[in-house]
Amino acid sequence: MAADPTANAPAGAASVGASAAGDAGRQAAAQLVADLPPAPAVWCSGLRKRYGKRQAVEEVSLQVGRGEVVGLLGPNGAGKTTVIKMLLGLVTPDAGEAMLFGSPSADPASRTKVGYLPELFRYQPWLSAAEVLALHVRLSGVSVPAAEQREVLALVGLAERAGDRVGGFSKGMQQRLGLAVALVARPEFVVLDEPTSALDPLGRADVRDIVLSLRERGVAVLLNSHLIGEVERVCDRVVILDRGRVATSGTLAELLGQRELRLELTGVTPAAQARLAATGLVEREGDWFTVALPADDAEDAVPDLVGDLVAAGVRVHAVEPVRISLEERLLGILRDAADAREGERA
Amino acid sequence: MSTARTVLTIAGLTLREASRRKVLRALAGLTVVLLVLSAWGFSRLSAESEFGTLTSGEARLVASQLLNLVMFGLSLIAALGTAFLAGPTLSGEIESGISLSLLARPVRRWAVLAGKWLGLAAFGSGFVVLAGLAQCLVVQLTVGYWPPQPVVALALLAAQTVVLLTLGLLLSTVISPMASGVVAVGLFGATWIAGVVGGIGEALGNDGVARVGAISRVLLPTDGLWRGAMHAFQDPAALLQFGQEMAGFPFLSEAPLTAAYLGWAAFWVLMIWGLAAVSFRRKDL
Ligand SMILES: Nc1ncnc2c1ncn2[C@@H]1O[C@H](COP(=O)(O)OP(=O)(O)O)[C@@H](O)[C@H]1O
Ligand SMILES: [Mg+2]
Repeated sequence: MAADPTANAPAGAASVGASAAGDAGRQAAAQLVADLPPAPAVWCSGLRKRYGKRQAVEEVSLQVGRGEVVGLLGPNGAGKTTVIKMLLGLVTPDAGEAMLFGSPSADPASRTKVGYLPELFRYQPWLSAAEVLALHVRLSGVSVPAAEQREVLALVGLAERAGDRVGGFSKGMQQRLGLAVALVARPEFVVLDEPTSALDPLGRADVRDIVLSLRERGVAVLLNSHLIGEVERVCDRVVILDRGRVATSGTLAELLGQRELRLELTGVTPAAQARLAATGLVEREGDWFTVALPADDAEDAVPDLVGDLVAAGVRVHAVEPVRISLEERLLGILRDAADAREGERA
Repeated sequence: MSTARTVLTIAGLTLREASRRKVLRALAGLTVVLLVLSAWGFSRLSAESEFGTLTSGEARLVASQLLNLVMFGLSLIAALGTAFLAGPTLSGEIESGISLSLLARPVRRWAVLAGKWLGLAAFGSGFVVLAGLAQCLVVQLTVGYWPPQPVVALALLAAQTVVLLTLGLLLSTVISPMASGVVAVGLFGATWIAGVVGGIGEALGNDGVARVGAISRVLLPTDGLWRGAMHAFQDPAALLQFGQEMAGFPFLSEAPLTAAYLGWAAFWVLMIWGLAAVSFRRKDL
């Protein structure tokens, strides 16, 4: 997964070609570079950051491919915001490296195609919303016509407030403006750090629609949100941070692939119990049995199990498939990690 | 190319901030009060000399002193204004999170710093030059005195403002918003007092005390530049005539600035700016 993005750096490859055999070599090198897969939107490896005595980020490596929507989850203080700031070159890591579109994020030019909504922020209170957008467009070096800037303001629901001073905006309106700032300079990678924390339910739905439309347009997104339902709906992949480390990462299918089956059974014989245990982990509450299903041959597992149980003389009253939600999975992972730490201490 | 655009954009933004915030109105208000008061004072002075209690030489000397005194007030307003504009800029914007989205743009941090510096320097110098010129006109209209080198004097006042705001910028990359304004103004005042003490030392022929002023003028060039400006405001003939009696007086200056000192002041600004850039470059947001 963590392919070395330095291999994609065009400058290095081109200079090797030039010193070797002039024009032909250079063309060959250029072709070689053109044929390489594009560098990921963001890639980092071994990031660490310490604030005073507190190790905020222990060791984080992750990647967001072009056009990929990745959720960054974890409890408060896990280091999500710090990781994001290091990815964007706003905080200098103690160790490790980060790259945006194949160039080191310490280089300002690497941020040209990046839009960022910070977690805690403010905009110049003496500027109007439209002026804030115009400022960011100028600084990004992209030319975005005024009409398009107005469209972005309309997209986040601030069309009527374009001329008002930002100083008078509520927190939610500021967050909407922040979203517009992140989107205005035609980014190819958007980082949203808790974009919905101050938003009303309507605003949350807007954010979801915006992320979905970014995904449709092939814009990569890194989304840090506590609304796990939303993350589950819009993300291709999630990375779960806990105490400055990546606890788990994977596609939703990988993380949630594990399914369960709830059965109400009577007349369960020891042989039937053995059959249940052979399928997967079993939990029992009275007549209700919950069995974890294997992820691989999901097609036949349920009918086979029920058939075998009936054949063993068990009376089957109910069969319910249970789908684990991302929230349950997240809580499970965090609890397991806490238990493991307890175990180590004991 | 894009770096120049960043510098100019941020400089424009800084000027817009200065013009839209209350700082500008407070500055304008204080300046008008000072101008009106000085107009009244100078008109009293000209009334006195008409009654013949002052000779024309004495009147010019008093006018020089008063002009310097009022200019000191102006430079103090400029110093306070720019220090309290420059102080909160970087640290205040980092604290409030304004920097977070600004510096996530493809901009070099030193270019943002240069833009801030340029905007503040333009604002501070513009204020000093306009208000100083207005004051010179007030004196001309009331007592008929016109300083010998008004351009040099105003330029030196502007330079003094730039020195102070550069210091304010450096401080604001390392300490909190309010503290950096207070410390900058405090240092400015301390250097001025050290300069006065040094002047008294010179008048008394006490080298040790005189050195206090000399050293402080090297450490922070505001007072040295201010003395140069005073020299350019005051009437040289009157000073020659009465100079001996007035030695050590804080609102008269005996010597013009040397080129070496001006060079040092320019180098000092460059050095402090460089330190600010280094400190800002590695700052975590
Ligand atoms: N500027 C800072 N100074 C000191 N400690 C910090 C700073 N930023 C973050 N931390 C600490 O680092 C840890 C991770 O913080 P953060 O990245 O904001 O977590 P999250 O975004 O996951 O809630 C926290 O314990 C926090 O207190
Ligand atoms: Mg956070």
